[in-house]
Amino acid sequence: MLAEEKYSVPTMADMAAAGEDPEVLFWVGCAGSFDDRYKRVTIAFVRILNHVGIKFAVLGPEEACTGDPARRAGNEFLFQMQAVSNIQVLNAYNVKKIVTACPHCFNTLKNEYPELGGRYEVIHHSQFLQGLINEGRIRVQDGQSFKGRKITFHDSCYLGRANKVYEAPRDVLSALDADLVDMKRVRANGLCCGAGGGQYFKEPEPGTKDVNVERVEEALATGADTIAVACPFCMTMMSDGVKNKNREDSVQVYDVSELIAQKQGL
Amino acid sequence: MEIIQQILFVAALGVVAWFITKRVQLISRAIKLGRPENRFDHADERLKTMLLVAFGQKKMFTNLLVGVMHFVIYAGFIIINLEILEIILDGVVGTHRLFAPYITPIYPILIDVFEVLAFGVLSVCVVFLCRRFIARVSRLQASRHRELRGWPVSDATIILTAEIFLMVAFLTWNASDSVLRDRGVGHYGELQGVVPDFLISQYLKPLFAGFGDRALVAYERAAWWLHILGILAFAIYVTYSKHLHIALGFPNVYFSDLQPKGEMQNMPEITKEVQLALGLPLSTQPDGSQANDNGEQSAEIGRFGAKDVEDLKWINLMNAYSCTECGRCTAACPANITGKKLSPRKIMMDTRDRLEDIQKGWKANGYDYKDDKSLLGDYITPEELNACTTCQACINACPININPLDIILQLRRYRVMEESQAPAAWNAMFSNIENNMAPWKFSPSDRFNWAEQVNEVKF
Ligand code: SF4
Ligand code: SF4
Repeated sequence: MLAEEKYSVPTMADMAAAGEDPEVLFWVGCAGSFDDRYKRVTIAFVRILNHVGIKFAVLGPEEACTGDPARRAGNEFLFQMQAVSNIQVLNAYNVKKIVTACPHCFNTLKNEYPELGGRYEVIHHSQFLQGLINEGRIRVQDGQSFKGRKITFHDSCYLGRANKVYEAPRDVLSALDADLVDMKRVRANGLCCGAGGGQYFKEPEPGTKDVNVERVEEALATGADTIAVACPFCMTMMSDGVKNKNREDSVQVYDVSELIAQKQGL
Repeated sequence: MEIIQQILFVAALGVVAWFITKRVQLISRAIKLGRPENRFDHADERLKTMLLVAFGQKKMFTNLLVGVMHFVIYAGFIIINLEILEIILDGVVGTHRLFAPYITPIYPILIDVFEVLAFGVLSVCVVFLCRRFIARVSRLQASRHRELRGWPVSDATIILTAEIFLMVAFLTWNASDSVLRDRGVGHYGELQGVVPDFLISQYLKPLFAGFGDRALVAYERAAWWLHILGILAFAIYVTYSKHLHIALGFPNVYFSDLQPKGEMQNMPEITKEVQLALGLPLSTQPDGSQANDNGEQSAEIGRFGAKDVEDLKWINLMNAYSCTECGRCTAACPANITGKKLSPRKIMMDTRDRLEDIQKGWKANGYDYKDDKSLLGDYITPEELNACTTCQACINACPININPLDIILQLRRYRVMEESQAPAAWNAMFSNIENNMAPWKFSPSDRFNWAEQVNEVKF
């Protein structure tokens, strides 16, 4: 029955034309817009927003890369060009509150835009989902059962260490009836997936192993059948690592919002 | 006889003070090479951080056992200073156990505490040597970390051995002193009834039972001199060693980063360029606020990013002098764990080595001297820089809040913006962002295409 639901994705331009203000702007990010795997996360999150009846909007074609990979690779000029342009757009729409499914966008919008004139309340989608669950607006039932399944959560650096968001994704996962297991290195001591700081966009330097393989070995050691992530780059790195270990038939990588959507049968 | 000892002692003190002053001047001059940066804001938050992280050793306790062991040495160092005060006064005035008659009831308690600490320090130093050479803790092995080869390993070994030596001198000095007192020899005998046997050294007294009085006095004097000269020599040595963290650790933590760890520091000089490029009014923000809320003036900046130490901020340089070379950062670094050349500890050690080399140049050729080397290239290679994932695990791991990533980022900025030397794949990513508003080569007009699938995808 829920599959019949019609989902819609209003843009800020639509809203402005109708003289309306959304409750929150969903910042989709480049990966969420273009990466085939992460587009499914974007869609899962949008369906949850629709289902719960949150008045949201996206920038759509008006959104541009936050500049995070450029800044971290050292190209400050390019970063600031992106940031200042984005801030002009956001401020023109008088945006107050932003939610995003990308920890890199989250960190940049939250911590780095204020100094350039962009001041918003920025939350990560795991925090947003946590809020919805706490308020009882999301009731996890109807959909798939996670009974007997083991899930391990991979902390992403820009959500965890950078912004100390450790509990929100775990809280969200604990709303499933699954068994949560932690890896050896978690929270502040979590191991990077290997993608940050622009690494995602180039070959790694020579070494003995790829970082994502090391991390996936740690995840597999927990015996989990699902690796939960909350970042598009972690998603790719973990999935590649699982393939590298030839475990893609038995181990899945999902974003927290996908698991909630599955649990709700959306 | 006494007066000669006093003269020698005062002379020794003078020489040590002169050496240390020289070193302190040189080191602060080196730190001041760095660019200005305001770290004098938020005094209460800084004080709190210093109390917790430096005095309280908070981050040391992530490994409880090592934390406790380090705490013993730390407490020993702080508290034994009281005893050193008495020794120094004795040395200058020519007295013996100057404080004993004045604070008779608590004197033995104090010395007992010192002895227990001394014994603790001694034991922990032995354990630490064993961790290095027998248990072979990975982060401390030169065979696994090239930055430790040579001097750094000797430095650590010298420090640990010297501390054992100093503590043995202290304990046996007390023991020989007690035996002389029991025998009523000279002024030692005057302490009968004033100073009792002490907690640890009483067990060492049998060692000296066979000594004649003169031999025993000779030993007592020798141990006293070795102990205090050892400490004074140590004080000079520390300024050349990773052990400088015992002094710089505190200000280093006080001035450490307060902003969120994920935030990379803004470059106000770039903001100007961007505003020019976008045709925005200069030196104010799109919302009309000031370009920079760090408080420092966005003054004339020679270059974008850092090529050498003088392009870094003074706090980066203080970080380098404070680094303990413990390698906790490197042990947490994903790049290093997976065999890449990058080691955040090496970044800190390279920065300090660069500063020390500049100092050598100053000493030989005057303060205007410049060599043709630079931190980037001659000490730190692009391969190391490029491997960093900016994950901040190093910052999190450092017990004294050092930020190696900040140096890495500033060197990257120089490579990219001044030398246009980014890896080719990064250049492609940059031009994609510039042209397509995304790091990939997709048309910006396709950015919203995902929305068409929102009713199609089946989960
Ligand atoms: S921020 Fe860079 S240097 Fe520091 S731990 Fe992460 S990868 Fe290593
Ligand atoms: S930077 Fe910090 S963690 Fe790394 S070696 Fe130095 S003191 Fe240890």
